[in-house]
Amino acid sequence: MRVALFVTCLVDLMRPRIGFAAIELLEAAGCEVEVPASQTCCGQPAWNSGDHAAAAALAKKVIAEFEGSAYVVVPSGSCADHIRNEYPKILSSDADAEWHARAVALASRVYELTDFLVNVAHLETLPGKFAGSVTYHDSCAGLRSLGIKDQPRALLGKLPDVELKEMKAAEECCGFGGTFSVKFGDISAAIAARKCTNACATGAQVIVGGDLGCLLNIEGKLRRMGDQTTRVMHIAEVLVAKE
Amino acid sequence: METRARHFKANAAAALANPVLQANLKTSKSKFVDKRAIAIQELDDFEGTREAAKNIRDRVLNNLDLWLEKFEETATARGATVLWAKDSAEICRHVVDIGRRHNVKKAAKSKSMLSEEASLNRALEAAGIQPVETDLGEYILQINDNEAPSHIIAPVVHKSLDEVADLFHATHKTPRKTEISALTREAREVLRPHFLSADMGISGGNFLVAETGSVALVTNEGNGRMVTTLPRVHVVITGIEKVIPTLEDLALLMRLLPRSATGQSISNYVSVLTGVKQPEESDGPEHLYFILVDNGRADVVGSEFHDMLRCIRCGACMNHCPVYQTIGGHAYGWVYPGPMGAILTPLYTGLENAIDLPHASTLCNQCGVVCPVKIPLPELLRKLREKQVDGNLRPLFERLALKAWAWVAGYPMLYGMATWFGVRYLKWLADGKSSIPILGAAPEWSVGRNFPAPEGKTFREMYAKKKGKQ
Repeated sequence: MRVALFVTCLVDLMRPRIGFAAIELLEAAGCEVEVPASQTCCGQPAWNSGDHAAAAALAKKVIAEFEGSAYVVVPSGSCADHIRNEYPKILSSDADAEWHARAVALASRVYELTDFLVNVAHLETLPGKFAGSVTYHDSCAGLRSLGIKDQPRALLGKLPDVELKEMKAAEECCGFGGTFSVKFGDISAAIAARKCTNACATGAQVIVGGDLGCLLNIEGKLRRMGDQTTRVMHIAEVLVAKE
Repeated sequence: METRARHFKANAAAALANPVLQANLKTSKSKFVDKRAIAIQELDDFEGTREAAKNIRDRVLNNLDLWLEKFEETATARGATVLWAKDSAEICRHVVDIGRRHNVKKAAKSKSMLSEEASLNRALEAAGIQPVETDLGEYILQINDNEAPSHIIAPVVHKSLDEVADLFHATHKTPRKTEISALTREAREVLRPHFLSADMGISGGNFLVAETGSVALVTNEGNGRMVTTLPRVHVVITGIEKVIPTLEDLALLMRLLPRSATGQSISNYVSVLTGVKQPEESDGPEHLYFILVDNGRADVVGSEFHDMLRCIRCGACMNHCPVYQTIGGHAYGWVYPGPMGAILTPLYTGLENAIDLPHASTLCNQCGVVCPVKIPLPELLRKLREKQVDGNLRPLFERLALKAWAWVAGYPMLYGMATWFGVRYLKWLADGKSSIPILGAAPEWSVGRNFPAPEGKTFREMYAKKKGKQ
């Protein structure tokens, strides 16, 4: 099974190891992974900021880069949702029927990483052997637009030495919200504080999630709150960890 | 009401720094959210009911003029007078005119958000008519120097018991009480004579039923019934979007409204009021007026924000909103808070007067998921942002930054170079530590949290190197 990896701009910049972990997981599931070199960003910041023209230009770029692939896998619910559900709106049929058709054709082949591993690639054996207690934060777009809820938990369940301790209000937003976090820093950080409090109340050693934006937000708030020990990891990192 | 929405950031900062408000928001959140979650489980098919409710609202809104005419015809046939108000000034003019015509000295009010839109109390006072708020929450606000409500169904949700105790003690000159039951009894004793002496009752309306010309009122305290049946004159003020076709439609919507709002299977009172007092009837008003208000609504009909008109004012969107839960309702600066307010305020008071509101959301879509009439709130917020960009209403720096970033992201080579430098700059800022305490490039980020340090190289360069080796 040939799969194209959409790395996402945040992983590219901040946590390349998540990209490599995604490749390792996909290969463990028997996929042949290609990483189109010209990829940059899916354009979600532009779309959510109201810049339709910029969002459309980047959408066309991603479609052209990835439409030749049987599957596109994204280690982020938010970016996967953007490509899958928003591209057909950004490139509407009224404005340009041809691009709309191409957006729709790509949309159905775009998957969030854990969703793909569980429901398409049927990954049985994980390459990692992580041991420890974890709590899982459900990121908004993945959860509410793509139905990502059981998939990451099913994968964590395959690690015999992982104990999942569910936090209160796991489905509530962490306060990141993309540009929201740099427009309303004080509100955003106050929401993050609630998430951190709920996560830490479980006593889990690691806070795990599927979206790096949320994880940077949560980790940044934890450190500001003086917590230097609770780890914050992407689900892909946990699934390949050899510790 | 005069809008203070343009001061959203300052309002929000004040809310975050207010410990009483923060404590109140915490308790009210768990009450609203948990009770609703239990209440909707009583419905066999919540999603199906939502879809049906959406369809009822859409059916009317797609032919709003016809349904309004139908309502006017049926209400008039039952002896009511239907008046139309273009804006706030016209609402006030109508009510004052009605008051003068019927020699009204005192008006008892049940809850009406439209009267908040119009600042009606101020107009009544100026005309020599004493307005008395009789909804407990609204009454508390009125005696606190006409403070604005902070929530559409729980107007004093921002206040603590202690604050109310102080207020009653100071206003009523009675011994200070801290038992809720004692405070409500005191309010009842103060309000009872007003119900009996009021010449006019003013209420809002949750729904207008076109087939019967009725107004449906959903309340919990019983004051609504007294306001609408005891005085000689009853004035209903509602937005033009509140019409529904039939009583059967009302029954369906009522399965969703109290459950979504307060988590009740049914509110304590549901009143369906039709026409003036008939000769054989023992109570009811001799004169009934409907003031049907535009105030920005007509412009929304048929626009890209049309779906917003489905709103049945349950408040679920704000109760579930992480931003509302953090700053409360006053920060939004006008009548309607939370996600619905972040859409209605710019639409009704002008895009340029509420620049921050459409951005005051993480677009987490919790509001969209709980909305009983399936309004795509995040999508409407995003469309408002697009309108701001199209109208050059966003700050210059933000526009330039976005344009520059989007331009660079269009050229992979350039993008690779920019991120190559960017990641090294961030690594240098981190100075060997796991996170950066102050982020100069995005100062808002580091107001309340650190920025985790990057690994130090971009994925693209590491991947290219790895591929090169293979």
